[in-house]
Amino acid sequence: MSTPVPQTRPAPAAQQQADTAAPPAQTGTLSTVAAILRKELLIELRTLESVPGMSLFALTTFVVFHFALNRNNVDGDLAAGILWVTLLFAAMLGINRLFVADADQGGFDGFLLAPVDRSAMLLAKALALLAYLVVLEVVAVPAFALLLLGPPIGPALPGLVGVLALGDLGVAAIGTLVAAMAVRTRARDLLGPLLALPLLVPIVIGGVRASEPLLVLGHTGTPGARWLLLLGLYDLVFGLIAYALFDFLLED
Amino acid sequence: MSPPSRLSIATVVVMTVALGLVFFYAPLEAEQGFLQKIFYVHVPLAIIALCGFVAGGIMAIAHLRTRDPRWDMRSYVTIHMSLIFAVGTLITGSIWAKGSWGHWWVWSEPTLVSFLIVFLLYATYQPLRFAIEDPERQARYASVFAVTAGAFVPLNFIAVRLSTAYLHPRVLGSTSNLPSQMALTFLVSLLGLALLFTTLCKYELAAKHARAQLRALRRAAAEREGLTGGENSGAHARRPRSAAPTQYPATAMTAGSPGRPTV
Repeated sequence: MSTPVPQTRPAPAAQQQADTAAPPAQTGTLSTVAAILRKELLIELRTLESVPGMSLFALTTFVVFHFALNRNNVDGDLAAGILWVTLLFAAMLGINRLFVADADQGGFDGFLLAPVDRSAMLLAKALALLAYLVVLEVVAVPAFALLLLGPPIGPALPGLVGVLALGDLGVAAIGTLVAAMAVRTRARDLLGPLLALPLLVPIVIGGVRASEPLLVLGHTGTPGARWLLLLGLYDLVFGLIAYALFDFLLED
Repeated sequence: MSPPSRLSIATVVVMTVALGLVFFYAPLEAEQGFLQKIFYVHVPLAIIALCGFVAGGIMAIAHLRTRDPRWDMRSYVTIHMSLIFAVGTLITGSIWAKGSWGHWWVWSEPTLVSFLIVFLLYATYQPLRFAIEDPERQARYASVFAVTAGAFVPLNFIAVRLSTAYLHPRVLGSTSNLPSQMALTFLVSLLGLALLFTTLCKYELAAKHARAQLRALRRAAAEREGLTGGENSGAHARRPRSAAPTQYPATAMTAGSPGRPTV
């Protein structure tokens, strides 16, 4: 959780220099991204608003699945389904909270007043969401292996990490776009999941089908190439769409 | 409004011809019999709804590029109408599934499942729109949604099609392997329903335009009533919009001031 912070530490200094220097010197997009990302992670580290909640939610959901299915251990398609549904709903919590502070406490106004590229906000928020998802998975996947998964997780882990990473990219792109869209509506807590869930169905299809052969008893399978391709295509298309459209959400 | 336009007349004529062809010209399909006739409604509805969703996305791009609110209105009406056609597709598809497989819902039919997902996504278009008060921002956000969802439609179809074993109703291949009489009937139905879609969109646009004009006229009338000093109860109810902002803060301050000194 703490690894990204030292990496981005030089950023605020650069930001301050740019601010005190002559106005035409526009801050570079990358340093803006780093500054916003650092702000996000610092706020998260200090308030612990999203990630612990997401992780706890995932653990509770595993318990709920245990009782709902009345199974002590699961494997194959059922395991893949439970893992992805749990991660998706936990991600939804983070998505819902992603822009709340900016909308309520004037973060958007401050950002819009700054002479910086607006896409920097998308990139920084998506990276922050990605970091939350990674931490969530670092907690939830071992917990899943411990609580519910039948076959040992070890051999499946390299493949699973790859599949999860591909899924996370798509969730981060669409999640950020949807969160920015929903946060300034009247029913934001309702609209965020309503908008995000159907949009994320292809991720669920690709993610579940790709991780299913990794989680069968005897784990002989490898993820099907077409599912990885589907996830990659989704990441690419919606990454570009989010990049193209995000600026329009931040105009007032 | 003017007498029925050429578009409306063409719609009625082509729809009538299409229905005539469906019931009296197209041959009965060997395996499914009369049930197969729903194909002439279900598939055109699906095609038009999908094209409408994508067209709504393209109009939204035009809105975001030009900032012309008319493009947003067109996009809104197209998506709204496509949503209605999508409901029709789901209902007719369900009936067909019940007839051919004995179940109202069949998960192994990728087109139907994709449709459900697309429908669920677009069903959030109006809640999103009407949860935003500012008209300009409403149009902008709705357009962003429309473009995202428009791109989602084909990707979703790829994903769902990949995920299901390839199982299709026997007659629902490409039109090329249909008997020519069926193909002709299908194409006429498609044309008829496309015309119906266009006509309905046109009427909805006209209705929206008329309603906006009416609202503007009402507001102008109310303002004039307020300016000429008509202080009767009817005008009073509408006054806070135009006249009150100068009064309101003052009353709020006087109401708040008794509490202030004690703090």
